[in-house]
Amino acid sequence: MRNLPPFQRFLDAHREDVLRFLIASVGRHDADDAFQETFISALRAYERLRPDSNLRAWVLTIAHRKALDLHRARARSALPVADLDDRALPVGGGTPPPEPGSGDGDGADHWARVRALPPRQRAVLTLRYAGDLTHGEIAMALGCSEDAARRAASDGLRTLREELSDVAAPT
Amino acid sequence: MSLHPPDLQPGEAAALAARTAARAADEGAAEVAYAVLDGPAGRLVAAATPRGLLRIAYELDDAGLDAILDEIAARLSPRIVEAPARLDGVRRELDEYFDGRRRDFELALDWRLVRAGFARRVLEATARIPFGATSTYAGVAGAAGSPQAFRAAGNALGSNPIPIVVPCHRVLASGGKLGGYTGGLARKRLLLGIEGVPAGGQLALPADA
Repeated sequence: MRNLPPFQRFLDAHREDVLRFLIASVGRHDADDAFQETFISALRAYERLRPDSNLRAWVLTIAHRKALDLHRARARSALPVADLDDRALPVGGGTPPPEPGSGDGDGADHWARVRALPPRQRAVLTLRYAGDLTHGEIAMALGCSEDAARRAASDGLRTLREELSDVAAPT
Repeated sequence: MSLHPPDLQPGEAAALAARTAARAADEGAAEVAYAVLDGPAGRLVAAATPRGLLRIAYELDDAGLDAILDEIAARLSPRIVEAPARLDGVRRELDEYFDGRRRDFELALDWRLVRAGFARRVLEATARIPFGATSTYAGVAGAAGSPQAFRAAGNALGSNPIPIVVPCHRVLASGGKLGGYTGGLARKRLLLGIEGVPAGGQLALPADA
């Protein structure tokens, strides 16, 4: 049986995936704290992990739970603008969501819209497109069926397309 | 419409990972903190636990950082992070030693990478050899309670997990010959030279030559 890698190697291997996922899921402002919480939690649980585990899916599952905690805390504190990604927003934000094509033009401006989706759709789209997990891995992370994960993804994408066509329509 | 992963600034994830590793060590979530140190003996990997200094390893061609960490993970714990600040005391004492400003180390040691029994007793006897003095394989074997077991003593010294601080370089073969060294004989000569031991300057001639 092979051993778990030294934690530092695991951290170095997955730090970029986890940070990308968290920026998409909670926004740049809160991503730093969530990143640290994710890896500290992973470290505390690390030795109980089976060496043949899917380490990447495991750490993204932990990151997903940290993101979920943050979204719930925000919902409780009821600060409506807390969901916004201040970096991707044009100056003078507070008029969410941003115009398509604004921001840095690589799709980052869409993530603020994803964050406003219902929790499962938000989770599936961030894990799939920022975390690069398969639908099977996402189903494990969320504790739902693979079908449910796929459905949530297509529902979320449909909502985003509708929002974008609404915004684009007047031009 | 397509969703692309957010862009990262260059070095952003690495810097955040470094802060996370430092915090993990400070909070005790990590069992082992390590740093890569530079000095006149080349690059060293130093690793410590809350109990004390666990490992000093020369970074060698056939035993680089990965192999050194893999061994600690297998033998003690995989909860290992790079947290250089946790090794500040070790770095300072090693720097002073290499500069000739320190004769004795005052570092707490974590002996958990040493097998209990004879090997441990050999290394403890070695740790008592003063700066600038030398002993022999038979000498430390005797100090560990088995004067005949000089080969086993050599094996224990060869797998000394904390060279320099547990000064296995002060153990020579009989007749004043240099013997072996975990980091190669050039390093053994360097360390003995720092301590003013003649065998350190060049290959010593056998006493009966």
